[in-house]
Order: sequence, then C-alpha cells, then structure tokens
Amino acid sequence: MALIARLRARHGPLMFHQSGGCCDGSAPMCYPAGEFLIGARDVLLGEVDGCPFYIGGDQYERWRHTRLTLDVVPGRGAGFSLEAPEGVRFLIRSDLCEVPGAE
Amino acid sequence: MRYARPNTPDAKIDFDTRYDNFIGGEFVAPRRGEYFEDITPVTGRPFCEIARSTEEDVDLALDAAHGARARWGRTSAAERANILNKIADVMEAHLEELAVAETWDNGKPIRETLAADLPLAIDHFRYFAGCIRGDEGTLAELDEHTVAYHLKEPLGVVGQIIPWNFPLLMAAWKLAPALAAGNCVVLKPAEQTPATILRWAQLVGHLLPPGVLNIINGFGVEAGKPLARSPRVAKVAFTGETTTGRLIMQYASENIRPVTLELGGKSPNLFFGDILDRDDEFLQKALEGFAMFCLNQGEVCTCPSRALIDRTIYDRFLELAVARTRAVVPGDPLDTDTRIGAQASNDQLEKILAYIDIGKKEGARLRLGGERVRLGGDLEGGYYVAPTIFEGHNKMRIFQEEIFGPVIAVTGFDGFDDAIQLANDTLYGLGAGVWTRSAHQAFRAGRAIEAGRVWTNCYHLYPAHAAFGGYKQSGIGRETHRMMLDHYQQTKNLLVSYDPKPMGFF
Repeated sequence: MALIARLRARHGPLMFHQSGGCCDGSAPMCYPAGEFLIGARDVLLGEVDGCPFYIGGDQYERWRHTRLTLDVVPGRGAGFSLEAPEGVRFLIRSDLCEVPGAE
Repeated sequence: MRYARPNTPDAKIDFDTRYDNFIGGEFVAPRRGEYFEDITPVTGRPFCEIARSTEEDVDLALDAAHGARARWGRTSAAERANILNKIADVMEAHLEELAVAETWDNGKPIRETLAADLPLAIDHFRYFAGCIRGDEGTLAELDEHTVAYHLKEPLGVVGQIIPWNFPLLMAAWKLAPALAAGNCVVLKPAEQTPATILRWAQLVGHLLPPGVLNIINGFGVEAGKPLARSPRVAKVAFTGETTTGRLIMQYASENIRPVTLELGGKSPNLFFGDILDRDDEFLQKALEGFAMFCLNQGEVCTCPSRALIDRTIYDRFLELAVARTRAVVPGDPLDTDTRIGAQASNDQLEKILAYIDIGKKEGARLRLGGERVRLGGDLEGGYYVAPTIFEGHNKMRIFQEEIFGPVIAVTGFDGFDDAIQLANDTLYGLGAGVWTRSAHQAFRAGRAIEAGRVWTNCYHLYPAHAAFGGYKQSGIGRETHRMMLDHYQQTKNLLVSYDPKPMGFF
C-alpha cells in the first residue's frame, strides 16, 4: 500500500495488468491509469487500493481457480512497470479458491 | 576448474566501476547523471553502476543513429559483412573473458557460456554476414518492355529491447540481422543484465561507424518506453512477456510501425512409449532431453517445462528422469563442473518460489527439489533454486505459465491424440519437444503441435539457420534465420518501362 501510494503521488492514478509468457511473465505490471489499452476480452479482477487490476481473458480462464495476492519484493524491475526504479518489484502470490463453474 | 571472479587477482576480465551509455561511438554519461547498481546473482551483491537513462538520452542515441543512417545504409553488403565478421573474430579472441563476464552478470554456469552463449553469439554474426552477401532482390519481367525490380532497403533506425536470460546472445540475435541489413540500432539491454553488453561494446564498438550501434541503459519505464514509443524508430523488436508485448504493439500502432515480438511459451516435451523399447544410447539421450529444463536455470523462453509422458512408460521413465535430474546440483557458476547456477535476479527467485508454493497448494506431487538452495560462504546471498519436479495435471497453474525457473511439471497421456491435445492446451506456441523411435510418429506429432519449433529427438539446440519464433500468444516473427532480414528491410519496387512509345491513353 505504501508503494502504491508513493507511485500514485508521482504518477497519478494507477492500473495493473497481469502478464504472462516468458522473462518477466506471470508478473503484474503497474502503469499510469489508461496507459495500457484494455481490450474487450480483458477481465477486471478487482481493485487494489483503488487501482483496477486486469488480466487477459484467456489467462483468466486458466487462473480463475486461484486467488491472487499482490506483494512486493526487492527486485530489478521488469517491462515498463512503474515500480522498477524504486528497486522493488510487484509479485503475485496465489491461493486456491472456489469459483462456481471452475474446474 | 574454477575461474577467478572479475576484479580479483587472476581474473580473466574486470568490470569498470561504472558504465555509461554507448552513443555515437563513445561512452556518454546520462544527462541527469544518475546511475543504478548492477547486481551479480552469483552473490547477490552489486558489482558496478550503470547509467540510468531517460528520454533525453534516448533522443541523443536516436540523433546519433539518424546521423549515421544514410551513410551506413549505402555501404556495400561486403563492407557490412566484413565488419560483422570482425566483430565475431574479436569476440572469439575474447571468448573466455566474455563468458566469465556473462556468468557474473547473469548467474548462469560458465560451462554454458563457454559452450553455448558465446559460440552461438559469435556464429550469429558470421551467419548474417554470410546471409547479407547472398541476399538479393528479384526482378519480374512483366511483359516484353516492362520490368518490376524489387530492391531491398534498410528500414533506417530500429529500436531493440532485449531480455536478461541470454544477454549477449539475445543482443546478437537482434543486432546481427539489423546491422547486416544496413540499419542503425538503438539497443536497450535489460536492467538486470546490462554489464556484459557494455563490456562487449568496449571491445567491438570501434569496428562500427559511430552512431550505427547505440546502447541505452536504464529501466524499462524510463528508457525502454520512450524508445518503443518514438516516431523516430522504424521498427521495434522485443523479447519478453505478453503484457509488455501488447503495450509495445499499442505504442507501435500510434506511429504505424512494425514490431517483432518473442513472448515466451510453456513448451511441452513429449515422450512416447517406444523410448523404453531398448536400454541404449537413445534412451539416455531422451533422459537428457527431460533434464534440459535445467539449462540456464530454466530461464529460457522455450524451457521444456511441461513433460508429457506416455502412460505405458510413465512410472519407469519418470523414475529414471528423476534420478537423472538429481545429479543436477546448484553450485558456484564460475566452476566448470557446475551444471546449474543462480537465477538472474531476486524477483525472479521470489517468483519461482511463489510458483512452487502454488504448485503445492494445487496438490501437485513434489518429486524433487522444491526449495531455495543456500550455498554458504559468499554465495549465501545468491539466488539458487534446486531443480524441481512436480507431477500433476495440465489445468494446474504450474502447467500453464512459464515459471522461468528450473521447475518441470509432469503428467501422462493416453495415446497420440491425447498427447497432442495436452501439448496444444496452452496459450502459447513457441517450442516443443518430441521423443520417439518412430519416424512416422515424430513427423505426425511435429506437424500437429502448434508451436514455431518442434525439436525432434533433441532439445535446446539454437543453431543459426533454423527459424525460431512463436505461434499463438508467443509472438510475431522468426529469428535466427535469414528470413529475419525481411523484418529489417523495406521492399523498393521500381516499375520500369523500356518501351519508348506512348501508351496512347491520354
């Protein structure tokens, strides 16, 4: 929360998009709100401290049986995510959850 | 044998305390004068400082590139090929030094940098030197008097953003075709592993005319984004993950620019039942193929991180595979006996551990590893993970996302159709492996798997002249083949009439 507040103070309102694929994939990316064009198939998972958190539609189908927790660890950053210069990296931790219709 | 660490007595190579950007043929301090620490994952400690660049620095690099563009674009193919060959020669003469540097910057074992990263990077420059000499346009004789000439021209100035898993090799994959085709480049290395590329630029930078190659360092959001968004780049090439890949396409759409993207996968490695028909060399090769998920600590876009094993041999084959993998033990990356080194960064380590955690929570059965390894001494703070084998089913998260660590998810299949269905049940399609003694089965499987490369009775070979790239969400374009030249060239059509007579139309 402190990191989000710090990033918000510097960059304005924020958004998150969960990445997939290699390298820094499966890491959440943090951008100024509106920077990343949300597509028709992206799914809004919820809000973190008022910031919307999205995931791609196909990836949502494969992740929907898990509950995601946004955490922060020391790191070098990745992609164009805003927290990188702070020497930290957002990280997803996961738990199982019951979702109606999920396998 | 253990190589001395950089900046210690007997070291093969030393790093400077600080690296600036490489712009216009010289090292230039970032405008704002800020730097960040480069950490070696071997010990988890910083070893040098790197320029923290911003848009002003990117603009400076683009100025230099545009200044060099016209002249470089006019050089003969022979001249450019000669320069690429010289780059390769210098790298070969400094192979051991660069291998040590790469191991220190990235954490991978020296065995791999000596045998793979450096030889492949060197060969890549030579390959594209050869390609551009052999490259030619076409002409079509449309009728008796009319000829369509198709001449290839460089795009101009291109932006390239490369990953941290094979820093020098990925730079070579992107630079060699771009330079061969006559483009000027602004390259942005990953902030996790910028040092070797800068050390490399100290060795070879003078071989290229100033401004042809420019290297900008810093964080993605501060230096990569202005490069990707600039209307002054004619094309952007990126290797990384899907969200940034989408963002780069989005930026490129603002300027109507082409992109090539390599965004990873979740590569299946299929082991058919006939592998166990005999206890021979081929069986040993297949077991080695299973253990290939440990190469580069699993930090490979095509890591064979999903093993699909024929139920008819499942128990016996997995037992042998677990035994084979048990011999892969993390150690000092600079020791030539070490088979698996350190993960490239702390956040990468944390991500892998988070995936091991969800694997356990989802009920996958842990057969090997599953933990961070503390090596003691000054390696204590390094980022080491034990090779990890999970058994589960293909819907589990560990089967669906590239963990980018030495973690393999294993499941069984019942017959050919089930094997292909499981193999293709993924968002991605970059690499795959097929192991069988049957040529018929190998061909059928290779064609049925939706992936850009299907290694057949081999894995993790990356020779130049074999196309590499993805289906589905794994990206756009094919690297490591002459066809990549097309992604760095424009086609100029001269439509010429040799008929002196008017058409008689107006």
